[in-house]
Amino acid sequence: MADTSIDRSVTPLCEMRDMQKAFGGIRAVDHVTVNVYPGEVVGILGHNGAGKSVLMKMLSGAYQRDGGQIFVNGEEVQINNPRDARAYNIETIYQTLALADNLDAASNLFLGRELTTRLGFLDDQSMESETRKIMSRLNPNFRRYSTPVAGLSGGQRQSVAIARAVYFDAKILIMDEPTAALGVEETRMVAELIGELKRQGIGIFLIDHDIHQVKQLCDRASVMKNGRLVGTVNVDEVTEDDLLGMIILGKNPKAEAA
Amino acid sequence: MTEATTSHDPSEPARNKRTLFQNLEIDTRLLGMIGAFLLIAIVFNIMTEGRFLTPRNVFNLTIQTVSVAIMATGMVFVIVTRHIDLSVGALLATVSATMAVTQTDLLPTMLGLELGSPLIAPITILFGAIVGTIIGAFHGYLIGYLAIPAFIVTLGGLFVWRNVAWHITSGQTVGPLDPQFVSLGGIDGTLGETGSWVFGALAALFTLYLLFGARRRKVSHGFPVKPIWAEILIAGVALAAILGFVWILNSYDIPDRRLERMFAARGEVMPEGYTAGYGVPLSVLLLIIVAAAMMVVAQRTRLGRYIFAAGGNPEAAALSGINTRLLTVKVFAIVGFLCALSAVVASARLNFHSNDVGTLDELRVIAAAVIGGTALSGGIGTIYGAILGALIMQSLQSGMAMVGVEAPYQNIVVGIVLVLAVFIDIVYRKRTGV
Repeated sequence: MADTSIDRSVTPLCEMRDMQKAFGGIRAVDHVTVNVYPGEVVGILGHNGAGKSVLMKMLSGAYQRDGGQIFVNGEEVQINNPRDARAYNIETIYQTLALADNLDAASNLFLGRELTTRLGFLDDQSMESETRKIMSRLNPNFRRYSTPVAGLSGGQRQSVAIARAVYFDAKILIMDEPTAALGVEETRMVAELIGELKRQGIGIFLIDHDIHQVKQLCDRASVMKNGRLVGTVNVDEVTEDDLLGMIILGKNPKAEAA
Repeated sequence: MTEATTSHDPSEPARNKRTLFQNLEIDTRLLGMIGAFLLIAIVFNIMTEGRFLTPRNVFNLTIQTVSVAIMATGMVFVIVTRHIDLSVGALLATVSATMAVTQTDLLPTMLGLELGSPLIAPITILFGAIVGTIIGAFHGYLIGYLAIPAFIVTLGGLFVWRNVAWHITSGQTVGPLDPQFVSLGGIDGTLGETGSWVFGALAALFTLYLLFGARRRKVSHGFPVKPIWAEILIAGVALAAILGFVWILNSYDIPDRRLERMFAARGEVMPEGYTAGYGVPLSVLLLIIVAAAMMVVAQRTRLGRYIFAAGGNPEAAALSGINTRLLTVKVFAIVGFLCALSAVVASARLNFHSNDVGTLDELRVIAAAVIGGTALSGGIGTIYGAILGALIMQSLQSGMAMVGVEAPYQNIVVGIVLVLAVFIDIVYRKRTGV
């Protein structure tokens, strides 16, 4: 799936430069730099505790960075909370799905950004109507608009989470193991969707554990170990074993060659 | 919709045969609670040989329920956001003491308002509402921003405010209260028969407007709607309930001697054979307004949506950019405000402030919310459920008192009913998968 048409001579869509974050004495993210170009999928790989999610949460505004800079279209931006991130069209699909189980699909999709009537009351009908439109595109079989999402399958929940990012016009998308809870067919659906988002020029950071899937979906991969960046490689130029070596041993195949 | 009680999906296409309840799209839990309430009423009516369902007793039952029911609507928000408030009864006492001193002492001496001035009641109530809201917001600040568990903050609050109330009045009973103020307590302030019918008609029209407005909006978006017979049936039941309630309260006649005094006060003589009903008490009107406002907040505002979202998944709410700390402050401020309103009703009903006003109300309020289907695990609860819960508890207690059950036994029964109600709720949720 790696795409040779990505133009990396332009300014990156998003760059996180020299990012740092510590919890107590532990350096969860230690001087890490990653970037993504328009229409590119960058895998963020590493063991549990390598710092992938912390890195991405600094971009989505869930954590505040201790040091480093974030650039969107070459301009430095300040992201201190999820609202800031959204203002720069940075959307996140979380591993835990971040859905309120007791609310229906439309309420979740618009959570924090509700449509209101002129008097300032919630416009549930318009929200449901919009939800139906976007869901008919992403998951045409979806019918359960008025039940709490607790009752939905993993795939249905994931499509609600993805719809949330797509509806609000994400330019930069963070996906935290989007297929972890899904079956084969649902995983294929998500993979197709990622392809479509790429064609629209969206830049995607994809946190993933599945090396095989990374080879299929990602253009580049940035590997982290113990909070540090092991290296960033073009997925086409390395084998699955190379990637595993980076993840497990922290061994950069390029460095070895040189 | 948001209150997470709908147990089926009306847009499911593969449903060719729908049951009666599915057609009506009524929350079956609500029906269950109404059923339980009616059962209690009928059983007590039989046991008391018809005394339980007399207009007089229904009237008393409603005015006894108001104070707890008002606070219970706020407790729903607290419990939905996974908190608890043990201080509502004590907070009620502090506000009650503040208002008692304000109207009998502060305003007459400091502002020089004459006792009986029409300004006393409004200023007192406004002041009480501000005090209640500030204390509630302060609780919310400790819970939301300083991350002290709500249980601890409000347990501390229970000790503090109960005794601040004692301090304000030096432990004394303060009364009699301003007559206008007292009219909000129940029997001393009612709409009268004509006023009650006007109110009933307005409430009926408003209900119809809501029901058919909702249907029209659905149709305009091309969403499925329930069959028209179902709409008419629901509207009919709602109207019958509203007008029936007004009719019962209007049937409670004001005693002759009291009527004579009322005529005498206006310098008139009561005509022979004159009768008049009490009608809807102002305190009940207040409860209805509070309930309507709280339901609108719960279902139609961002604040309500965020309360339920934060209760369902606090992390998701925070990641969606919702300021959950400020939300906690708002929720407890609302409860503080409602405690102040309840303080008005409770002290006005007694016509004085006493030290023990609101004692154990925190437990009644929590029980009302929980019997009404509010889940302590958060995210689930309804305003109307809490009010029904308060009514069920009050009916049980009044009914048992009428039958001659001694107070300690009454409490035993109420405790068992509380646990049983929650158990039934758990079983119900498992069955329906909500």
